[in-house]
Amino acid sequence: MSDSTTAIPEPEVADSATAAKRSLTLNMGPQHPSTHGVLRLQLELDGETIVQCQPDIGYLHTGIEKEFEVKNYQQGVTLTDRIDYLAPLSNNLCYCLAVEKLLGLEIPPLAQWTRVMLTELTRLNSHLVWLGTHAIDIGAMSVFLYCFREREDILRIFEMYSGQRMMTSYFRIGGLALEPPRGWQQRVRTFIDAFPSKVDEYEELLTNNRIWIGRTRGVGYMTLADMLDLGVTGPMLRAAGLKWDSRKNEPYSSYEKFDFEIPTRTEGDVYARYQVRVEEMRQSARIVKQALEGMPGGRWTADAPHVVLPDREKMKTQMEALIYHFKIVTEGFRVPAGEVYQTIESPRGEVGYYVVSDGTTRPYRVHVRGPSFGNLQAVPCMVAGTLIADVIASIGSMDFVLGDCDR
Amino acid sequence: MLPENLKEYAAAAALDAFDAEAVAAGKFDRGELTLEIARDKIVAVCGFLKQERGFTRLSTVTGVDWYPEEPRFEVVYHLLAVDRNERLRLKCRVPGGDSEIDSVTPVWRGANWFERETFDLFGIRFRNHPDLRRIMLPDEWEGYPLRKDYAVTGSRV
Repeated sequence: MSDSTTAIPEPEVADSATAAKRSLTLNMGPQHPSTHGVLRLQLELDGETIVQCQPDIGYLHTGIEKEFEVKNYQQGVTLTDRIDYLAPLSNNLCYCLAVEKLLGLEIPPLAQWTRVMLTELTRLNSHLVWLGTHAIDIGAMSVFLYCFREREDILRIFEMYSGQRMMTSYFRIGGLALEPPRGWQQRVRTFIDAFPSKVDEYEELLTNNRIWIGRTRGVGYMTLADMLDLGVTGPMLRAAGLKWDSRKNEPYSSYEKFDFEIPTRTEGDVYARYQVRVEEMRQSARIVKQALEGMPGGRWTADAPHVVLPDREKMKTQMEALIYHFKIVTEGFRVPAGEVYQTIESPRGEVGYYVVSDGTTRPYRVHVRGPSFGNLQAVPCMVAGTLIADVIASIGSMDFVLGDCDR
Repeated sequence: MLPENLKEYAAAAALDAFDAEAVAAGKFDRGELTLEIARDKIVAVCGFLKQERGFTRLSTVTGVDWYPEEPRFEVVYHLLAVDRNERLRLKCRVPGGDSEIDSVTPVWRGANWFERETFDLFGIRFRNHPDLRRIMLPDEWEGYPLRKDYAVTGSRV
């Protein structure tokens, strides 16, 4: 029995020296589910406030840039899929455009338009994964199921085109890998006619949702000047007011023939990034629709027998075609010496391929500028001084893919 | 010295007026302008291009190894002027024996990780870099994988 007169001990008053010791270092990741892959954040905390954040990357580094140097040019296409596994066709396209620029190839309209249509479907695919997982991070479970329902339809379209759902490698240097499949119009039309109403469904769940707004508005703010300085690209910049999109500013693969808007917001917070990406989905759907309706006819590969494999029929009946086939398969094709830096607008921002050729059949050097790499660099600036719960929302709004970051 | 045929390009001409000795060579090929900059002038040149010519964004920094040629390395910078959609490539030759160059992080903070990556994979050291550590590979890794004398397969001796 305790004596009722015993005084309750006074709580220790922390002097400034012990208070300083209370800052806590917390490891978030590399297996934390909200880091979408293997990102490790070392957070220094004062209570729930972040004093400092140190991202640690490289867990998915696979030496893809080195691998390019021992593959011939066409084989390199398969590596590009695996860099950004949520937007494989965007990477295919950028690499092919870079090598085609070195070769000086003219790509026929059918191939260009199919490329545009499929990269826009890739953008939808990537944004859907982003929206679903971002929402699940913040606690809105059901959006994920809605998003993956539509994503499945897109993957089926990819499978129809290329036989693969994710690592499609459908764009090749000189055009497309295969002729567009019979009946693709029907499949794409069914999907794209229904898609805008599906975006309405997502918006109904989130846009005016008080919890969603509470978790995202004013969170993860960064100034435009900071973002430009730190190398941030893509929807994050557009959500901070900069109307810059490679598809409009430096059109490639006949994007100039399509009618679409570049959505922007000025708030520069997580909610603004959400709004920008949702609007981008609507605009991508517009582009796909235009491509569907105006798809030109003709060949799907360039008229360049030294680069593009001949048709099976020709190979069996024409000596010359057989020789080209043999040369391309055994050795690959030579690319004139030189260097190019080709960029495109991927769902995440600026993808850039810097390809150096020394005139042989293998690239001398391929450097990939992944948008996730540039964007992740801004994490410390973005989360310093905010609460730990907001880190999840902030990094979710960046929409990074670690494969793209680490390569 | 700036080659005569490049004087029609505004960025090259402005750079020549800023410092006639900064540009060692250059070319315009496949619609892309490349300027080779003297190694010790890179920070001054980048600062000028950002402040006076509006190259507000640094797209990427990387390296190319021309082994066994000397000077062996090329450090390559891709710049973008957001207002005019103008891109520019800068290059510096860096010898193998003393592979050091000044960091451009004082000009663009975003150069930080790109230079770390170049250091990690090529072994080019960036002077005055705030945090020059390996970024992709483990800290105790030996060698620099993107060098041409680093084998792709087989065991290292």
